[in-house]
Amino acid sequence: MAMTSFAVEENDGRDRGGPRQPLLTVQGLKKHFPIRGGIFGRVSARVRAVDGISFAVRKGETLGIVGESGCGKSTVARLLMRLIMPDAGEQIFDGDAVGERGGISVAEMRRQVQMVFQDSASSLNPRMPVQNSIAFGPIALGTRQAEAIGMARELLVKVGLNPALFGGRYPHELSGGQKQRINIARALAMKPRMIILDEAVSALDKSVEAQVLNLLQALKRDLNLTYIFISHDLGVVRWISDRVMVMYLGEVVEIGPADALYASPRHPYTRALLASRPALDPDQRREEAPVSGDPPNPINPPAGCRFHTRCPHAEAVCSARAPMLSAGGDDAHLAACHMQDPSSGHSQALRH
Amino acid sequence: MSAAQPLVEVEDLSVNFVTRESNVRAVNGVSFTMMPGEVMCMLGESGSGKSVTMRALMRLLPPKRAVITGKIHIAGQDVLAMDDKALRAMRGATVSMIFQEPMTAFDPVVRVGDQISEVVALHRGVSRREGRRRALDLFELVRIPSAERRLDAYPHELSGGLRQRAMIALALSCEPKLLLADEPTTALDATVQIQVLILLRRLQQELGMSVIFVTHDLGVAAEIADRVAVMYAGRVVETGPVRDLLRNPQHPYTAGLLASTVHDQPRDQDLKTIPGTPPDMRRLPPGCSFAPRCARAIADCNLAMPPPVSPEPGRIVRCIRVSQPEFA
Repeated sequence: MAMTSFAVEENDGRDRGGPRQPLLTVQGLKKHFPIRGGIFGRVSARVRAVDGISFAVRKGETLGIVGESGCGKSTVARLLMRLIMPDAGEQIFDGDAVGERGGISVAEMRRQVQMVFQDSASSLNPRMPVQNSIAFGPIALGTRQAEAIGMARELLVKVGLNPALFGGRYPHELSGGQKQRINIARALAMKPRMIILDEAVSALDKSVEAQVLNLLQALKRDLNLTYIFISHDLGVVRWISDRVMVMYLGEVVEIGPADALYASPRHPYTRALLASRPALDPDQRREEAPVSGDPPNPINPPAGCRFHTRCPHAEAVCSARAPMLSAGGDDAHLAACHMQDPSSGHSQALRH
Repeated sequence: MSAAQPLVEVEDLSVNFVTRESNVRAVNGVSFTMMPGEVMCMLGESGSGKSVTMRALMRLLPPKRAVITGKIHIAGQDVLAMDDKALRAMRGATVSMIFQEPMTAFDPVVRVGDQISEVVALHRGVSRREGRRRALDLFELVRIPSAERRLDAYPHELSGGLRQRAMIALALSCEPKLLLADEPTTALDATVQIQVLILLRRLQQELGMSVIFVTHDLGVAAEIADRVAVMYAGRVVETGPVRDLLRNPQHPYTAGLLASTVHDQPRDQDLKTIPGTPPDMRRLPPGCSFAPRCARAIADCNLAMPPPVSPEPGRIVRCIRVSQPEFA
């Protein structure tokens, strides 16, 4: 295939710190949405969507983010792209602080980080042939029209669509899976180093979902990409991720290598989430739900550990103090639970 | 099973949506029977006709646009022959339905308790006070905590899981013999979905009703179904007891669906997929509609819709590559 313009150079000229420096580091990221009410529009409450989270994404890995609705996982994605402005926190992209003096600008960061959304239809311009949609970004940044369209057609091949057949079509002439392939091609057109996939396969049928997941894995290998993969589907996240981060009510409760986290989850919420998956075997049906009730409202999250209202192991210390992410023996696998910390005063705390 | 009468008998059900431009054949000859107390899962991808089949059973489709043919008998009554009055009497009392999005099933400006007591009062001819007592019983039946207080809540004041429980209470208010559940747990979070599934299973056993559960999720089917009917392009391509069907799928589509569902596959290998996309329901191919995507397809697949074959007792598969064993 004539993939010259998309061949991966051994040394990406944009790589600054080498393979050991994380591609993205986030420190204390925070976003509270004010709720205004009354005739004066005064702030009556705040939704603590993302409440001080920190994590790093290594070069070439896939970080999965899981959690239930309202846990803040999509807000994290939008904050990282600066589609909304964070209230606090530091974002370092390959050694450069984003949007700060001496770092890189938001515009510069966005050339290197692209995003794919859940709703494949509403992310495309309905009045533009899909190859023009793919070429739109490069043209806006100064590539000549003919060259950009040619590149768009190469990308169509790369995402498994025949450009002669699909290039001139409009979004409504494509199925959901095909539209999502177009969105992926459009993200690739900017030659990003990182792609944030926010529930990118969730709206697809199972048979099509598997096709798109395979495509994402192949592209990642070929183009040396780094992914942040956000989903509520634990099975999909396990398959695609190298490391997984579990969020609950705006906080990170556990982060670790995918295999370790699924095999021996450390946080009671992670355990509950994994045990809530329907068994694919009618002889292993769940008799008891692992936790009761719904996730609480992020407007007034519970004090202390936010999971203590639903946690089967909750004790007095859990509502009094918020636990910190701690290692409990394995530095790569962290959980925010008092049972991880021998000095917390929790009766079931680990003894070392 | 000789003594029991089937509760539901559907024969050669077809639904055509007729518009000026096109004719969408959403359901093409669906047949099944259900015994009282049975839980059947209709499994299929979007556009496979599973929701349309459910709505046809309650005659909820727009009468001018949707042409329904075939036979639907529920509890001995011919549903397609009913007039409006008979339909009103059947809906809620014999057959009831719950939906994916409970917010649209409730009136947003009426307290949920009042909505349930109104239904009970209307169907049972009892007083509103009596209706409210029944609503409280129902809220306790579906295990809504602080039921008394929740009766006075508006739908938007309830969380997603509670709203779904309230809708189940509403659907059960007149003790239906058949509950149609159209993806009722799809919009719920994982920890809440399992609670609602366990609740529905317990209610089904306590009340002895039949349930048709529509889902696209194999895991949900494994949790709740006695029997599974797999739909593709408006047809049931395979039915069978849930264990047999999940362990030993016979139709290539069922096998492909199982293989492509992500559950603990090795991470360093590609997922198995079904190539291509589902067919355009306006222009269905003659013959087996799965043939264009099927790895086992042969020329004969495109001639005619495969007849049903029964490879084992209790199982029916529509595929010419599956052979009928030669037993007497």
